Amino acid sequence: MNEHEQEPMERLLRRAMLPVPNDVEWGRDLWPEMLRKLDEKPMQVPWFDWALAGGVLGLMALFPASIPMLLYCM
Amino acid sequence: MLAEAKVELELLYQFQQGSMEAFEALFRDHQRAVYGWIVRIVRDPAAAEELTIETFWRIYRAHARFDSARGFGAWSRRIATHAALDWLRRRPPENAMPADYFAELPSPQTADFCMADEMRRKTARAFARLSPKLRVAATLVVIEELTHKEVAEALGISVSAVKLRVFRALRLLRKDLEGQGIKP
Repeated sequence: MNEHEQEPMERLLRRAMLPVPNDVEWGRDLWPEMLRKLDEKPMQVPWFDWALAGGVLGLMALFPASIPMLLYCM
Repeated sequence: MLAEAKVELELLYQFQQGSMEAFEALFRDHQRAVYGWIVRIVRDPAAAEELTIETFWRIYRAHARFDSARGFGAWSRRIATHAALDWLRRRPPENAMPADYFAELPSPQTADFCMADEMRRKTARAFARLSPKLRVAATLVVIEELTHKEVAEALGISVSAVKLRVFRALRLLRKDLEGQGIKP
């Protein structure tokens, strides 16, 4: 398909699916729901952060000599 | 004017520091714009409300990474676009268009009656079968008639990548319709 053939497809799509009107219906303030969601979902530490912390602790336990190097990296 | 800009900057700084009051003020100022953007992508008002909340949830979690130099509007729009894309990816293609899509969004006053209803349905269904990333680019550029630059910023890709996605979407749509015996 070239640019010349693209135009009829654009027209077809525009006729099939009209744009959402600018004044799309907006019923309500969502802040109360936002607050509910914030209460529901306490900040969660991702699993890979826990895995990383476990790995670092394991490394420190198995190779205590690595502690100064890890502290230096931090 | 200068004082207003100062207040806005202070608000953004407070938000970045994790202030809930600043977050609430930004939520109230921007919820309508975010909702309006999302509904253009997902074309489902109920889902757009849910995704507006999800977007602000992501914004709240990422407050420390916010760069006030880039502006809150553009940043929230990008997060909203990704939240909408994630939602479209989770949705099976046959449910990509809400059941009442034809009843709600293309208002009867503006719909093109010259085009057979069946043809419109087939085109919309074929469009719904496209991958979400192609569909979003084509929706925003072709249907909503936004500029390539606006869409590129919202998707976090280059203008040429947007053009390519639109081109690929239209080419696949054409193939699908031709397969159904429809010559666009």
